[in-house]
Amino acid sequence: MNERLRSMASHRLFWPVAVLVVMLAVNTIYRPGFLAVEVNNGHLYGTPIDILRLSAPLILVGLGMTLVISTGGIDLSVGSICAISGAIACLHISQAPDQNSLVTVFTALAMALGAALVLGAWNGVLVSVIGIQPIIATLILMVAGRGLAQLVTEGQIITINSGPYRALGLGHLLTLPLAIFIALGAALLIAALTRRTALGMIIESVGGNREASRLAGIRSARMVFLVYVVSAACAAVAGFMMTANVSSADGNNAGLWVELDAILAVVIGGTSLAGGRFYLSGTILGALIIQTLTTTVYAMNISPQTALLFKAVVVIAVCLIQAPEFRAKLGRRRRGGPPSPSSAPQPQKEEVTA
Amino acid sequence: MTDSRPVLTMTGISKSFPGVRALHNVDFRLFPGEVHALMGENGAGKSTLIKVLTGVYGIDEGTITLGDEQVAFSGPMQASAAGVSTVYQEVNLCPNLSVAENIFIGREPRLLGAVRWGEVRRRARQLLTRLDLDIDVTAPVASYSLAVQQMVAIARAIDVQARVLILDEPTSSLDATEVAQLFRVMRQLRDEGIAILFVTHFLDQVYGIADRITVLRNGTLVGEYPIAELPQLALVEKMIGKELDVLERLEEQPRRELAAVEGGTPFVAVSELGRKGAVAPFSLTIHAGEVVGLAGLLGSGRTEAARLFFGADRADRGEVTVNGKPTSLRNPVQAIEYGIGFCSENRRAEGIIPDLSVRENMILAMQAARGWLRPIPRRRQDELVEQYIKALSIRPANPDVPVRNLSGGNQQKVLLARWLITEPRLLILDEPTRGIDIGAKAEIQKLVVQLSDGGMAVLFISAELEEVLRLSHKVAVMRDREMVAQLDNDDTVDAERVMQTIASGSTRKEASQ
Ligand SMILES: Nc1ncnc2c1ncn2[C@@H]1O[C@H](COP(=O)(O)OP(=O)(O)OP(=O)(O)O)[C@@H](O)[C@H]1O
Ligand SMILES: [Mg+2]
Repeated sequence: MNERLRSMASHRLFWPVAVLVVMLAVNTIYRPGFLAVEVNNGHLYGTPIDILRLSAPLILVGLGMTLVISTGGIDLSVGSICAISGAIACLHISQAPDQNSLVTVFTALAMALGAALVLGAWNGVLVSVIGIQPIIATLILMVAGRGLAQLVTEGQIITINSGPYRALGLGHLLTLPLAIFIALGAALLIAALTRRTALGMIIESVGGNREASRLAGIRSARMVFLVYVVSAACAAVAGFMMTANVSSADGNNAGLWVELDAILAVVIGGTSLAGGRFYLSGTILGALIIQTLTTTVYAMNISPQTALLFKAVVVIAVCLIQAPEFRAKLGRRRRGGPPSPSSAPQPQKEEVTA
Repeated sequence: MTDSRPVLTMTGISKSFPGVRALHNVDFRLFPGEVHALMGENGAGKSTLIKVLTGVYGIDEGTITLGDEQVAFSGPMQASAAGVSTVYQEVNLCPNLSVAENIFIGREPRLLGAVRWGEVRRRARQLLTRLDLDIDVTAPVASYSLAVQQMVAIARAIDVQARVLILDEPTSSLDATEVAQLFRVMRQLRDEGIAILFVTHFLDQVYGIADRITVLRNGTLVGEYPIAELPQLALVEKMIGKELDVLERLEEQPRRELAAVEGGTPFVAVSELGRKGAVAPFSLTIHAGEVVGLAGLLGSGRTEAARLFFGADRADRGEVTVNGKPTSLRNPVQAIEYGIGFCSENRRAEGIIPDLSVRENMILAMQAARGWLRPIPRRRQDELVEQYIKALSIRPANPDVPVRNLSGGNQQKVLLARWLITEPRLLILDEPTRGIDIGAKAEIQKLVVQLSDGGMAVLFISAELEEVLRLSHKVAVMRDREMVAQLDNDDTVDAERVMQTIASGSTRKEASQ
């Protein structure tokens, strides 16, 4: 391996990019027309565009999840929040006399977003004030949230017929799907909020060592609270897109398992589940990888049940690769045989700080 | 003693981390029945040599021979099974597990597969008695001070049937009495033929116990010497590669006049401040420019008292005035607003953010005080960070490496810098020189004197009485979680008198009332 290649391989986005490229290549071999994009009515169409469009909700949820995971937490309730916010928005629109009125749609979005913020605050309070383990605290809403969504929709699937709302999922802007711009806008906003200010460092600090951060004068609890609210807001917008895609709100199935995908996206992107450093660009790549994976699975006619299993296997594999112990074991096995005294720099075997 | 063959030989050891050559062609021998001191400045490579030996890191080059076999351990567990038992520099116990569980973790006495918990507790108690420590072995480790945790880690290591015992700065938070106790045990083990590798920055401890010294400098071997052939000054020269004069200058420092700083409104005054279970109510004043030392034995409540000054724990009784105005210190944020800083003794749990860079760790407290909306401009960060890297001679002098990659002593300096950058009006230093080499220690002591001359108040805690006496205007003595006396640090006060006060605390208290 030459020097250039090695330094490239050590870049933290190297593996995500490599995986994405390999997946696209496999698809192209399997289906030569895979990468084709055509212009129709001034809009771009094609599988790559679909992947971008469909990954938008996952990118959104993933961004919020990145911040939560960075603080050492996890948010399992995002799928339920997607369903609830989508249901509230659709319910309001369905009851309005003119479903195409912008005022109606914006009121619906504001109401749903408001509800999501309340739910996020609920998670935040459970974790930061009461001190419940994040996985348990958000599990509550993950389960109860589906019930809430059912309550909103009264157990029915609410169907709407609203042009402006549908545009959130299917509309176009400058030849590209509107959803891509929304996701990109959210990414830029969060990036600016965290990297242009000191917020990002402070969140990483809380995730890296909460007590030390508190003693350095950081309001750790407040930061933890904040990330759950942001995560819920992201999930709400994702919920709008999901329901807009199908012009209907299904309390049972909207955003189902998106938390798993989001966590996977975050981990593939290089943010450690143990908290600390976070990488927004990595998460976006991770989301694209997962959407490509999903699209591939459908394109190859693998049944949805198997698809879930398939993804779960990938989650496990990625987590393993991320664990220093596992990497060390692999490295040792690969080296094999009796230890040779002059082998190349060996991987660190175990974390024991100085 | 050294007539036999070495039990451990390391030859031509090299180890590099990205950008840092931590060890270069180092040889090291350890004989059975000796205490061997491994000496060197912060970042010299002592801990790395130990971690390479026990398989925490792989080696780039070189060989390790234990007994007659060449070995390459895959990690501490395997090393310990082969008879190399180690206490690492940073105490790594499981905070939620009990003391007894921590001592026997991974090698619990079993009967038909079931752990014999009674036996675990009984043997844990026995072991700690050997170190003269009488604590509840069923309480979680986290509920004890760092010093106790250090003792627990040592207890775990000496219980292993070991040929080689490695102690990386085991005494950094211990007081004289615990050190004496530890040394008694170490001598016992040595006489049983165990080879002991001992790292410390306390020269008197080296000359108190070691038989032989190996000196490292900048990752290279300087030499191996029998203790009798290397007097203290020569050792220091070998370690730093030049003569050291700051130390001597500091020794000559006149006693600090209390009258000069006392008078006027104290910056912080507390009266009958206390917290149940942590520290009994006490009163203390600290003026601008005053250094108040807290003396006392392990578990005497020094840290607990200091934490109340910072709102790290909340006092449940008593009054506080800052600048003459009554207030209460409920949390660190509030204390920092008053200009109070607190450098914790426990740098791993309460100090560094391991993933963040040296730069980020240094500016953290200042940034927190400014609020997240007002990031410190990059240029200002660079200035500050560069200034303190130089002032405290932090190595490697690269602000962008993660702080976890620094040696223990250098991490400690980064923490100190974090608080110095905030220019506090009262700086609480809990064991600030813990794990810091003698050169840097002298620099830091000088800095404390300078800062207090410039008007900064300092609350200074150290297990080293000499250090406390050298720097303080006033010494508050703690005993059994009670402040038993406050002594003006004039010519009549010396280490002996403070020790007496500690020993006879209660009578003192009556006298002073
Ligand atoms: N995991 C690591 N990654 C990168 N550099 C490291 C790592 N561990 C140690 N170093 C570097 O190796 C050098 C030697 O560190 P080491 O911890 O061995 O010093 P030390 O002699 O134990 O110092 P101290 O007295 O401060 O404990 C230092 O420059 C340190 O920054
Ligand atoms: Mg060290």
